[in-house]
Amino acid sequence: MSRAAIFAKIESATSVLKTKVPYPDYDMSLVHSAPKLEGTDLWEIFSRNFSAVNGKPMNSVEQLIDFLKTNNQLRGYCDPALYDSIGGALAAAGLTVETEYDRERFEDYQFGITRATGAIAESGSVILDDYKTSHRLAALSPWVHVAVVERSEIHRTIPDAIAAFGDSPNIIWCTGPSKTADVEGILIEGVHGPGEQIALLR
Amino acid sequence: MIGIQPIDQYARDISDEKQHSVIDGSSAGTEKRYYVLHKDYPDPDKLRKLAASIKDHTLNHLGDYLAKAEKSLTERGVKVHFASTDEDARQTILSILRGHGVSQLTKSKSMAAEEIHLNPFLIENGVECLESDLGEFIIQLDGDEPSHIVKPIIHKNRREIARTFQREGVATDYNDDPETITRRARVHFRKKYMEAQAVITGANFVCADTGRMVLATNEGNSRFGMAPVPVHIALVGIEKIIPEQKDLAVFLNLLGRSATGQQLTVYTEFINGPRSANQPDGPDHMHVVFMDNGRTDVLASNCKEILRCIRCGACQNVCPVYRQASGHAYRSTYGGPIGAVLSPILFGKRFPELADLPKASSLCGACNEVCPVDIPIPDLLLRLRDKAKREEIPSAGAIPMSPFAHLATSPSLWRTAMTMSKAMNHLPIQVAPIKPLQDWLGQRTLPESHGGDFRKWMKNRKNASG
Repeated sequence: MSRAAIFAKIESATSVLKTKVPYPDYDMSLVHSAPKLEGTDLWEIFSRNFSAVNGKPMNSVEQLIDFLKTNNQLRGYCDPALYDSIGGALAAAGLTVETEYDRERFEDYQFGITRATGAIAESGSVILDDYKTSHRLAALSPWVHVAVVERSEIHRTIPDAIAAFGDSPNIIWCTGPSKTADVEGILIEGVHGPGEQIALLR
Repeated sequence: MIGIQPIDQYARDISDEKQHSVIDGSSAGTEKRYYVLHKDYPDPDKLRKLAASIKDHTLNHLGDYLAKAEKSLTERGVKVHFASTDEDARQTILSILRGHGVSQLTKSKSMAAEEIHLNPFLIENGVECLESDLGEFIIQLDGDEPSHIVKPIIHKNRREIARTFQREGVATDYNDDPETITRRARVHFRKKYMEAQAVITGANFVCADTGRMVLATNEGNSRFGMAPVPVHIALVGIEKIIPEQKDLAVFLNLLGRSATGQQLTVYTEFINGPRSANQPDGPDHMHVVFMDNGRTDVLASNCKEILRCIRCGACQNVCPVYRQASGHAYRSTYGGPIGAVLSPILFGKRFPELADLPKASSLCGACNEVCPVDIPIPDLLLRLRDKAKREEIPSAGAIPMSPFAHLATSPSLWRTAMTMSKAMNHLPIQVAPIKPLQDWLGQRTLPESHGGDFRKWMKNRKNASG
């Protein structure tokens, strides 16, 4: 009933319009931010913009191990598909690495390592989606999230990343760690999502 | 009180503490937005004009695009509902929840849900409904109302929040450090997310071509709310549709920068269906409720440009009246310039009651200048003032203008009045000859009158040059 009523009211409001605005023909370069895109190497551009939003770009597993140890984040989850390349090295360095995420113990995971679907150089965002993220919660509940980004999957601009959406029903761009400024406008990181967002290049 | 509009009364009674919070919060927002837009774009004006024309195009063809969005979502396994009124929307959501046996849920910030007062309704009907945005959570604990579109607790300071947390048992002791407040909320919420059986969200945009809806948040509350639960319900105003996914590039680049001075909010989620088969977490059922609640009336009115609004709050931040009066002075879900237009027409039955809002503006034009979709807010305010006059809605505080018109059209009377006005500088307000004028002057500080000086100067200038 509501459906028919709404469409009828829309029809009566729009059918009387003498002229209708056509869909504008526009050039996507209009939405590019030139200062943010400065540089040639996409990982470098990404790293600069990702750091500007307090994300942490990393080039090596050693760097990650060092960070986790320094910050006392010693127990976590790793996507089994990444165990050979990353998780195993962490375990060898003395960290506790689980490849099954048990949601009953969600508070036990201090870090979560999952595959990114890509990244956006212009905005410093990592892209997660339902196909490549092994567990949505594993990428979300730990204090530290490590998104593993492949060099060939870094998009230069926001429009490029949108054009590459595909058909995953759930896509998330993470532009830095979770944050709020609700209390007196003061920026605090790590509200509901990760307090540290890492992008590890592979 | 005769002679004072409700909004003026509110602005007069606001505490200094609250007013400082609002002024600091809103001016910081304006500065950040200005800096970021101009750093990234040589001519941001082009971008917002483009956004305005995409929105106008969509609204002119809303029937087609809404049907297309419905089809796209349905094809991807989403159940689409329509709600004509606020009551329809509440009942639709309640029946979806009952259908899935939901008794506990979390809700991420949604102005549409605020508009229909969804929370208290669900709680009355036995559904535990927890606001998960930090600001909205504090509003819920206090039984308060949000006073800004993107900064709901702009009117509160850390001491009030710390007292609330202690009183409501979120914390066992008083601590007003913003980081501690945030950590306590984090701990409080994590269990709630895992216990919940559903999540309710709004949507910033819905793309007609693929049904993809966008949620922009910084805290990650909608993301966490959605990951562990089997049911997702999105409540969406019908004006949120845009034609294609590629148009998101235009709107996302404007939304974050205009709202909080960020290129993008931390989390931008694009959703058009239940979780995929390989994914262990996320909803099995997704419902979208498209809500009218007065929007088609706005579409048929001479203020339809207001439906372009993407709810960034930039006009609130920049408005001198909003800064002085605070959002609550607008007595409805939407405050500030956007609210002064939207509230009186969206809640049509209440037009007489809210007819003072379009007058609460100096028409300085700042709201139009910052608007990412170029809404001509000052023009719309004038159209609503005209509507109030045509519908003969009594106007508190208005001075009868006919004596002034008489004065202004008679040169000799005008000259006399100018000379007289100088004498008025030395007289107390109480002796102003007309009662409404007394009230009007009672709320204002006028500069000293220099009545007639300009005429004298002009005359001398003519004589000198002649």
